[in-house]
Amino acid sequence: MSIFGPDADKAAILERINRTFCSMVPHNESLGLTMTDYDEGAAVIRLPYSTRLVGNPDTGVLHGGAITALLDATCGAAVFMKLMSPIPIATLDLRIDYLKPATPSQDVFARAECFKLARNVAFARAIAYQTAGDPIATAAATFMISTPGKTAMAPIGGDGSKATDG
Amino acid sequence: MADSVLARIEEARRTGNWRAFAEWIPYVRYLGLEVEVGEQELVTLMRFAPHLVGNASLPALHGGTLGALLESAAIFQLLREAESAFIPKTITITVDYLRPARPVDTRARAIVTRQGRRVANVRAEAWQEDRDRPVALAFGHFLVTT
Repeated sequence: MSIFGPDADKAAILERINRTFCSMVPHNESLGLTMTDYDEGAAVIRLPYSTRLVGNPDTGVLHGGAITALLDATCGAAVFMKLMSPIPIATLDLRIDYLKPATPSQDVFARAECFKLARNVAFARAIAYQTAGDPIATAAATFMISTPGKTAMAPIGGDGSKATDG
Repeated sequence: MADSVLARIEEARRTGNWRAFAEWIPYVRYLGLEVEVGEQELVTLMRFAPHLVGNASLPALHGGTLGALLESAAIFQLLREAESAFIPKTITITVDYLRPARPVDTRARAIVTRQGRRVANVRAEAWQEDRDRPVALAFGHFLVTT
């Protein structure tokens, strides 16, 4: 199912989203994040393994911070896929449970779902995994939805634009 | 190979040079974190760099970088205070984003609120110019045993 209409080409839409995703969100580009799938209120994003992101040089395991950035970005992206408009959002809080270390040298994926969009607040959940069905971390996040009249452009699939609460 | 972490932790405990320990970690170098060693506390500095930006139009720091800074500050503080022979593992961490994080240097410090035998509870705060106006807070549980 495409939320962009029955004729929309998903690959072309993903390419467009990813262009915005990177140009508007330098940290996403720096980490090499790519949206690989979407649905209404849902997004899947890949974090490619990189030795730059290692937290323990003895084991090669990724630092939790890289997983945090992935989960934050994916939850924010799911909210945008629910909003379907570039309304600025700001992360209120993000809770992450680390279930097990990521296996070195393998990419990490996160799938997030925005399961409730209220007038002011959006609620999202995400799971990070390397193999489907074998989660390495879970996240729960809430976002403030900007009030009407704000014109600041928020990135599609962005990180949750921390500075839009002013 | 596995002794490398322990040797470096012990060296940092002996010399107080947590900055060198931190620089050994690739992700810490990637984020641009530096540990400032004080009498009572460690302060972790995240120097501003363009690749930390999460919203280019505002601009503002990416929430993930703030989470990583807070988590790192918590782990450095735990390593300094605890007996742990390895890098503490984050079990759960919650980050509250309080106000805009502008594209400037950001610092964080952490307090070990409860040190248990297996699990430690840590709180951390991040600020920019004004230490009394934190931009983000975190609290988490860390596994300090195998």
